[in-house]
Amino acid sequence: MTLEATVRIKRDGFTLDVSLSVPAGETLAVLGPNGAGKTTLLRALAGLDEMEGRVVLDGTVLEDTSRRVHVPAEHRRAGLVFQDHVLFPHLTALENIAFGLRAQRRPHATSVARKWLDDAGLGDRADSMPKSLSGGQAQRVALLRALATEPKLLLLDEPLAALDVSVRAEVRRELTRQLSSFRGVRVLVTHDPLEAMALADRLVVLERGSVVQTGTPDEVTARPRSRFVADLAGVNLLRGRAHGDRVALSGDASLAAVDAGTGDVFAVIHPRAVALYRARPDGTPRNVWRGEVEGVDLQGDRVRVRVNGPVPLVAEVTRGAMQELGLSVGAGVWLVVKATEVSVYPA
Amino acid sequence: MKRARIPPAIAVLAGLGLLLFLLPLAGLIVRAPWGQALGQLTDPTTTTALGLSIFCSVTATAIALVLGIPLAMILARTRGTTRNVLRALTTLPMVLPPVVGGVALLLAFGRHGLVGSLPYRWFGLQIPFTTAAAVMAETFVAMPFLVIAVEAGLRSLDHRYEEAARSLGAGYWRVFTRVTLPLLRPAIFSGAVLCWARALGEFGATITFAGNFPGRTQTVPIAVYIGLESNNPDAAITLSLILLVVSVAILVGMRDRWLGAL
Repeated sequence: MTLEATVRIKRDGFTLDVSLSVPAGETLAVLGPNGAGKTTLLRALAGLDEMEGRVVLDGTVLEDTSRRVHVPAEHRRAGLVFQDHVLFPHLTALENIAFGLRAQRRPHATSVARKWLDDAGLGDRADSMPKSLSGGQAQRVALLRALATEPKLLLLDEPLAALDVSVRAEVRRELTRQLSSFRGVRVLVTHDPLEAMALADRLVVLERGSVVQTGTPDEVTARPRSRFVADLAGVNLLRGRAHGDRVALSGDASLAAVDAGTGDVFAVIHPRAVALYRARPDGTPRNVWRGEVEGVDLQGDRVRVRVNGPVPLVAEVTRGAMQELGLSVGAGVWLVVKATEVSVYPA
Repeated sequence: MKRARIPPAIAVLAGLGLLLFLLPLAGLIVRAPWGQALGQLTDPTTTTALGLSIFCSVTATAIALVLGIPLAMILARTRGTTRNVLRALTTLPMVLPPVVGGVALLLAFGRHGLVGSLPYRWFGLQIPFTTAAAVMAETFVAMPFLVIAVEAGLRSLDHRYEEAARSLGAGYWRVFTRVTLPLLRPAIFSGAVLCWARALGEFGATITFAGNFPGRTQTVPIAVYIGLESNNPDAAITLSLILLVVSVAILVGMRDRWLGAL
């Protein structure tokens, strides 16, 4: 069982254009900033929005606009979990879960629904109205409601984003547990890298409607191909043209690296590899630039220093070093990066 | 911030406005023939008018529910010019003088009317001056209240509930009856009560289109008017009191809903 989808949707300002192939038993996370088109994609897969392209689930064509095939949402067997539970406010937790079972004319809807609640440890909330459930409980019931109908495709739209940090762990545990025992195809949409890393086997990074990168979470963070991924991995991402041991960056700046190759490349520099000095240092490092401190973020006993200059970089130093160097916004500083600390890969 | 004091002139005018509401009520209550009220209540003219009024207003509300909810659904879906035209058409009876509504109904459904001539020619059926005409007149005048309330409810409805239901496998009618209607219940309820109250008090369109036939078209408001005209003020006042009590009951029972929704 797999999901094969090619989805194109015109939106204000950009066109969503995504191709996905997800085998059953794998959780695919579509990761991207707000407004990248993630929810639009999910709604199209669910059959709720108009789209162009083709969606095939487990050999069944759900959508094929070139042949005018459109299976309506209610016949797709695609369970949908919203950001904020969207439990029916006029039904109890139990009846919310039984709703889908009744709609699909399954026998013993009430007792099946009760078993789902009991198994999740929520049996005592069966007769509660959604209003009186806590945020975490409501989202867990919403997840059970989607799973109870045994969909072939489970679509999760930022399932943890609307929750308080204090209950997020509780729901994430439930989600991990349920996802691992769910046999269908799982697609998760999120703007939160932690959520994606915790739940996904594979990532698709979406920006302005286009896929910028795919791979396992490790692959994606090791070799970011966009500013968004670089920021979430916490590394500096530069783009330029390589020629031998040098990478020509925008402007007149250039970067020394080992075996940079040729052609368009990305270069990644970890903030810990960026050293800061008050005066121009002597010695071997070949990457030396002058810059001005633009911002200082304290993170525990480490400090992330944003430096603007010909090559804008983030450096990570200790608090002691920050005081010694007198780093404050507007201060002049020298940046040094060893060529061996620059990781270069083709763009 | 301390607000500016209200000038005496404004307070006096406001007081006069309030008196205009209050004095007629006081008149009705003070001059009511309390001693004979029970006798009036069991008078056949009164009970017949009351029974007819309840039948007509409840039937009109039921028809308004059956026709008005679908109309509100169409209204809530449309945009732009279509919506403005539809909206103007459905709300016109709210601002149209009821007498004009009665004349218009007569010209459409009367014996020589636009549509009314057909059943007369075919079956000898005539609509005006029947109980059906009274129900139609009340529906014509009162249905807009329901349509407006339900449309407002639909527009503020979170459609993701319906989408969630669809993704769980529910088809159109199941979504409509198990999700949309229950979620709209407050709007439908307050719209229906407003609609019923308006139908109960309907006078102008009814007397024009349905006339004044005791037991057939003489509803309470018409009986009140006829009672005063024919020197039987006690019956008129008693019936007026009944309508007043009903109105106050609705106002008290619905005040949270109305203040919230309208």
